Amino acid sequence: MQLKKKIFLLFCLLFHDALYAELTIRITQGVGKQTPVAIVPFGLGRNVPKFAVSIADVITNDLKRSGRFSATPIENMLQKPTTGAEIDFDDWSILGVEAVVVGRIIKMKTGSFNIQFQLFDIFKGEQIVGYRMPAKEGTLRRSAHRIADMIYKELTGIRGVFDTKVAYVKTNVSRNETNYSLIVADSDGGNEQIVVTSNDPIMSPAWSPDSRQIAYVSFEGDASSIFLQTLRTGNRRKISDHPGINGSPAFSPDGRKLVLTLGGVNGNLDIYILDIATRSLKRMTYNRAIDTEATWSPNGDEIYFTSDRGGAPQVYKIALNSDKAERVTFQGNYNARPRLSPDGKKLAMVHLYRGDYRIAIHDIAKKDLLVLSSGMQDESPSFAPNSDTLIYATKMKGNGVLETVTADGLVRQRIASKLGDIREPVWSPFLKL
Amino acid sequence: MERFKFGLIGLLVLVLSGCATPSSKSGNVGNNSSMDSSVVSDTAATYGVGMDSNNNLEAMSDDSMSQDLETIIYFDFDRSDLRPEYDALISAHAFNMNANTLLTVRLEGHADERGSREYNIGLGERRAQAVRRMLLLNGVAPAQITTVSFGEERPNSYGSDESSYTQNRRVELVIN
Repeated sequence: MQLKKKIFLLFCLLFHDALYAELTIRITQGVGKQTPVAIVPFGLGRNVPKFAVSIADVITNDLKRSGRFSATPIENMLQKPTTGAEIDFDDWSILGVEAVVVGRIIKMKTGSFNIQFQLFDIFKGEQIVGYRMPAKEGTLRRSAHRIADMIYKELTGIRGVFDTKVAYVKTNVSRNETNYSLIVADSDGGNEQIVVTSNDPIMSPAWSPDSRQIAYVSFEGDASSIFLQTLRTGNRRKISDHPGINGSPAFSPDGRKLVLTLGGVNGNLDIYILDIATRSLKRMTYNRAIDTEATWSPNGDEIYFTSDRGGAPQVYKIALNSDKAERVTFQGNYNARPRLSPDGKKLAMVHLYRGDYRIAIHDIAKKDLLVLSSGMQDESPSFAPNSDTLIYATKMKGNGVLETVTADGLVRQRIASKLGDIREPVWSPFLKL
Repeated sequence: MERFKFGLIGLLVLVLSGCATPSSKSGNVGNNSSMDSSVVSDTAATYGVGMDSNNNLEAMSDDSMSQDLETIIYFDFDRSDLRPEYDALISAHAFNMNANTLLTVRLEGHADERGSREYNIGLGERRAQAVRRMLLLNGVAPAQITTVSFGEERPNSYGSDESSYTQNRRVELVIN
């Protein structure tokens, strides 16, 4: 009887957890199996100078940063082959390495360069993949990220996101002046480039689906407006400057529309869809509550947004051809700023968990919630284009820094912290080659 | 009590400005009237009161008055309703703006840093709108008021503690 009661209680506990599966994963980085790989320094062909960027270093750092690989240090390598024919498979077996990457940079008759690389399975003694790609000195780093993406895809089955960008907002406070910059950097935090800088706040950057433009909110002139800026040229245009709030822009999957928040003179925040070419506006919500932070479903049929129409902020969704919003989140008193994974299966958001604002993932099918981050003020989750990893802002000693976490919560990484306070990271789509 | 005082001052100013009006048109009045002497004396008297009232106005409105009034209104956590203690302050600002309809005010709403940024823009706007409604109720013309919400983007205090949060949940009145 006692035992039965205990089992019943245990069952209730388990069942309760299943209903409210709100777990906090504290373990960071390197959970589960890390595949041991070796990236041998690339050989330099005749007349190839020693470049500042080491291709093997960039690939090694990318793979290690994913948390799914360990890499043999160069000094432990028993040989340094640069082509498949030179590989002694026994040498690598002894080290326990499962896959080896070799490659070299060759100078072509035209004066340009070619990078060739091969990935080998040490157990089978076979080439998994081999490529040759044209390269320029100025884009070697990007070529290395692309090679890392191919290796990652072959070894994990998931498309890599090393050759992608991240946009974020950075502030520097000096005396009484705060300077705000919108930055675009490589996904590893390298190669920072300023998109726009201002003494008035900049917020809510959003990538166009072709990665060529960024929409953002600027408070230049002490009023909010939304700008659309072409990254390559730096040209920008003001796309929304209605009275009151102009905020929270997000591109439709076809890139033709922006969903945004307008407040109007009376400050009633509602969701609108702006046709970028015609400038026509379609109002999506008519609620007196705060409706904001809208985002599109990947198929473009639905809008997910934050609303406090029920008292506290929760995530709602509304179909484009409907005027009736439906509540999506029910766990907890604060769920805001939804972002859907590109595969449409998961919803990331800011979730109030025991007094702390954390990043959580809501599984659309299972309707459960997984808390992924461990800070007190975590915000702005954004999915990588492969749906496998998220980036978000957290605080370290009062300063904003960025972290990435895999959607299963198992691998968490802090992106190299730089000077200044950084926040609102947004991961770019896959870049065109 | 405060409110009552401002009501009285407002009434006084209305009366005085009512008296002062003919004085500025004294030339016309004089020309149209056959009773030259009485008009002159009347005008003189009016001038006298007018001078006094101008002195008073200078003392309590426009620049000096605006400078003296508090321009930051604080809010409780997760609230956008005005604490009763601010009724008098907002009435006083309304009084100034009614007295000089060339004045405009930008209501800058702010939130503390907790929670997501665009939602906090919404919370800051709600606070700015609470002040706006109160000014409108006090007779300020809609055209004199604009609102902007900076959410958590422009904190007064950079700390991550309750005392900083308290200073950051606010509406600032920027009078031009």
